[in-house]
Amino acid sequence: MRKILLRLRVNGAHHEVAVRPSATVLDVVRDTLHLTGTKRGCDMGTCGCCTVLVDGRARLGCLTLAAEVEGCEVRTIESLREGEQLHPLQSAFAECGAAQCGFCTPGFLMTCSALLSRTPTPTPEQVKDAISGNLCRCTGYTKMYEAIDRAAAQMRTEPAREPELSSREAVSGGSR
Amino acid sequence: MTTWTSPAISSMRLERPRSLAHALDLLEADRGLTPMAGCTDLYVGIHFGSLKQRRFLDLQPLASLRKIQKRPDGTLVLGALVTYSQCLDSPLVARALPMLASAAKEIGGVQIRNRGTLGGNLGNASPAGDTLPVFLAADATVVLASARGVRRVPISQFFLGYRKTARRHNELITEIEVPPIAGKQWFRKVGTRAANAISKVVAAGVRGEGITFALGAVAPVAMRAYAAECALGSALPLSEAHRALRSEITPIDDLRSTAAYRARTACALLTQFWSETR
Amino acid sequence: MPPRPRRPRPLSVVGTSPPRLEGAAKVAGTARYVDDLEFPGLLLGRTIRSTVPRGELLGWSMGRRPRGLHVVSAADIPGRNAIALLEPDQPCLVRREIRHAAEPVLLLAHEDRDALASVAVELRERPRKAQLDVRASRSFCKEILIEKGNLSRGFARADRIVEGEYTTGHQEQLYVETQGVIAVPEKDGVTIYGSLQCPYYVQKALVELLSLPPERVRIIQVETGGGFGGKEEYPSMIAGHAALLALKSGRPVKLVYDRSEDMLATTKRHPSIVRHKTGVRRDGSLTAMQIDVLLDAGAYVTLSPVVLSRGVLHAAGPYRCEDVQILGRAAMTNTPPNGAFRGFGAPQTQFAVEVHMERIAEALGIDPLELRRRNALRPGDTTATGQRLGADCSALPCLESAVRRSRFVARRRAIEKHNAKARVSGGPLRGIGLALFFHGSGFTGAGEVKLASRAALELTPTGARILVASTEIGQGTRTILSQIVAEELGWPLSRIEVADPDTREVPDSGPTVASRTCMIVGEILRRCAQSLKRALGRMTPRQYLAKNGPLVVTEQYDRPKSMHWDDVHYRGDAYGAYGYGCDVIELEIDPVTAEVRPAEVTAVQDIGRAIHPVLAAGQIEGGTAQGIAFALAEEVVMRDGRMANAQLTNYAVPTPLDTPPMQVEILEFPYGHGPFGAKGVGEMPIDGPSPAVVNALRHAGLDIRDIPAVPERIAGLVDSMRGAAT
Repeated sequence: MRKILLRLRVNGAHHEVAVRPSATVLDVVRDTLHLTGTKRGCDMGTCGCCTVLVDGRARLGCLTLAAEVEGCEVRTIESLREGEQLHPLQSAFAECGAAQCGFCTPGFLMTCSALLSRTPTPTPEQVKDAISGNLCRCTGYTKMYEAIDRAAAQMRTEPAREPELSSREAVSGGSR
Repeated sequence: MTTWTSPAISSMRLERPRSLAHALDLLEADRGLTPMAGCTDLYVGIHFGSLKQRRFLDLQPLASLRKIQKRPDGTLVLGALVTYSQCLDSPLVARALPMLASAAKEIGGVQIRNRGTLGGNLGNASPAGDTLPVFLAADATVVLASARGVRRVPISQFFLGYRKTARRHNELITEIEVPPIAGKQWFRKVGTRAANAISKVVAAGVRGEGITFALGAVAPVAMRAYAAECALGSALPLSEAHRALRSEITPIDDLRSTAAYRARTACALLTQFWSETR
Repeated sequence: MPPRPRRPRPLSVVGTSPPRLEGAAKVAGTARYVDDLEFPGLLLGRTIRSTVPRGELLGWSMGRRPRGLHVVSAADIPGRNAIALLEPDQPCLVRREIRHAAEPVLLLAHEDRDALASVAVELRERPRKAQLDVRASRSFCKEILIEKGNLSRGFARADRIVEGEYTTGHQEQLYVETQGVIAVPEKDGVTIYGSLQCPYYVQKALVELLSLPPERVRIIQVETGGGFGGKEEYPSMIAGHAALLALKSGRPVKLVYDRSEDMLATTKRHPSIVRHKTGVRRDGSLTAMQIDVLLDAGAYVTLSPVVLSRGVLHAAGPYRCEDVQILGRAAMTNTPPNGAFRGFGAPQTQFAVEVHMERIAEALGIDPLELRRRNALRPGDTTATGQRLGADCSALPCLESAVRRSRFVARRRAIEKHNAKARVSGGPLRGIGLALFFHGSGFTGAGEVKLASRAALELTPTGARILVASTEIGQGTRTILSQIVAEELGWPLSRIEVADPDTREVPDSGPTVASRTCMIVGEILRRCAQSLKRALGRMTPRQYLAKNGPLVVTEQYDRPKSMHWDDVHYRGDAYGAYGYGCDVIELEIDPVTAEVRPAEVTAVQDIGRAIHPVLAAGQIEGGTAQGIAFALAEEVVMRDGRMANAQLTNYAVPTPLDTPPMQVEILEFPYGHGPFGAKGVGEMPIDGPSPAVVNALRHAGLDIRDIPAVPERIAGLVDSMRGAAT
């Protein structure tokens, strides 16, 4: 089968991968790079489980071709924490009971991290709107709002860490 | 009967143009090349094997088609690759075409809005495409470019049939031109759920000097409701406008809704449009 | 006076809300689900399914076969071609008879996804006339009759007789992780890694299918992305398929469904038709309840008899009535078999009784709240099976608390004023509705005795390790069981570990279903902890191990001495304990679109004791969201016996914007035989929302008896109401 060679930047590391032309970002991060934190839930852009950041913006891995993100900065759930230090959103999700079965959780966390890096003090409406492309069947969403509020508050009092800085720069840099 | 037919996407070919001119050359050379923009619909078709095309032209590299501009004559020019998120963030859109911002907000979750494009929505020509009634109500013009030149097609002549448009195989949608609009703009989507939904009925309208009212998901193509507009414009009672509307739409029963519901809701939306733009 | 909750004894671990034990892995993205696992030489599996709802398989042919393709048909099954559950009627692979339009016929495996997808298979099927109308079906897989008192006496005492029929549709569990397993061939057997609720169910099924002794069929549950009942019985099917492919190919095989296949082929909630005929006196007291329950079982028996059982046992609702007759039947049709889904029959029958109660109040012209106050079960009352309820019967306290918290009476009045204006202006209408409900925890009747579940605790140098087959599927099993053990031992939570559910390592603590994990398995574990404490005496674990060697204490389910059940006559103590709940839901109807927007929810539920209040509230919130969507949005469109809207875009699972804010209150009326008083919590939250929604719609003026009440179904009512007002 014909494959194409792509140079991708994922979680700050450079990768050269040979994939079929139709390979999505989701296919590549899971199957080629073995970053399995990003989940496959519907393959049609409805559940949000495969959300990753492309240049700081929340994007669906299942509807984005790997070939298109050459030259972009892709971030997956694996890069949200720093070493063993969980991101405030991760700690808040764990503490507030916002993660139950956990399958949708990485997608929500990536969506929320994009939200908070652009909008550090979101209104409840902005939060609802921001996560409206992610589905959770376990929680009824209530505990998520609590967790997002808690994380936002914590992030406002703490100096922003490197990964957020770089994704902000990427956004203000105006690529794509 | 054969079951579980395969998508066989391994045979897919992807062309990545260096420039618009290059893209147009590629289209000129290959009849079977399908332009792909945000892929929010197209890739679903590929995954599910419902899309038969196998050769694609990836438009993402064409940064020149991502601009939102206003010409001195007041025309709003939207690049074909402008995303819904861009529409939401744009002060130009907020001022000149707020009904487009309303549509963009309801088109899907943030991820879809970051991805889906105006040109893709038009080119895909789904009868339920959310921005189509907006452009119909705005009397927009679709700019089509080919290696041989540029032509402008009024949006009212752009949709020819179910998922069929006036775009020729060698053409690309490059821009959408929206003339200045005087009057109140109105938009409403009725979907299968409150967010991330496909429209069961979608409507947009403008009420000023003239009246325009357009609908999606009530016919094989998104459509202007000329008869209903006319009834409203002649100050006939609303019931007459409803009658006119019912005569020009051809809704169907499908997985998402019923013909009966679509017809009654189209009328209810017309009423709401009329009362809210008073 | 209703009884007050007993003052709890001071506890240090139970009743606190530490982060769930596997929470850090889940938020970090390092938790491994089936599709995340890798094995050398792994093949991918694919299932070829029937296309007609009923008929015969005459043969099949296959196009070009890529090199390295493995094919399994019914002829390759070493043991019995059946999924062992209640009845052996469902084949693992079709031999000849086809009973629904998504039956597995052939299995394929290949190491390359594209090569596997490229194989074209043609089935030759001879279609026969399918039975798709449950009302017309005369084939019943189970009938149950419950009789209490004397029905004709009850009707004779009545001033009024109120009748009604209520229906509910299919509902898809829609766990976000689809069904999936990996089967690994072993020297003398097979190991299954799966997304599943009940490891020992899968083992039992594979033992029969593969004709292997149990010790050679090893089942390991891996992190599971939701179940809601959907991973109770179906994993036996998909694990059987993967195992057959693995044994034939000699290589590990992964079978993970995509979303469409999952929705098309796996079980759903049973559609129901429930008829009520009720005798009432003028003052509202119930004198007779005659209830007829019909469930659509689908094409095979699966768990339908027990779903029916729970359905009829809850059909009279949490109400006192001396003369009751409940007849339940589960009928076979040619749709994919329906099966376990959170609530397990009770949401359907309690929808009917709670909507019917509203109609009774209307018929009598009395306040629906007063009607419920008058008839709600109290301690000392008996249920339809004659079970005498203890001091923990909290129906009334739940009702009063929900009414108070939601300001039900004041809101109801305010809404009526609002609607009087809205009917004229054409603005949105509002409604507020209430539902009172109960839910039995654990297996029905003698079920727990038959299961004879065992749980064990192993002493470790630093503490203890829990050995149970009860699975974590998101509800918090690991955390709450650890809390129970830590509390009993008087140790901090950090000293408790939980073994992975692996049939080679853990005893059979029964399936993770029926709201039984906390109350039943938790109590067995608490007794294990007691025994361990006794054995340790004053020694530390390390001292004990040095002196005596390894220690594993195992305990078995112990029936409360007072509990009796007659399975033939359906008399006696149907459940060890009941939780009670009351939901109040306020909503808004948009007359333009006939869309219903739930605006506010108050959920008050008595769960005996909240071992972990945050997780318990999470169960209530999640179950409530599912229940609201069951009433308003989630419609399975069946065409020719096949789910036509088997896509997430077309099956309306609620998004954040569809889900209203919820106010949850947990009451604690402890159950003497539950750990620290705990009863079940998993299922009950889904019983109340659907009738509360429909009662709120009634309050707004819409007479709805069938759900889901999607706009298409109610638009006519909305329009005629407006027409009447203008």
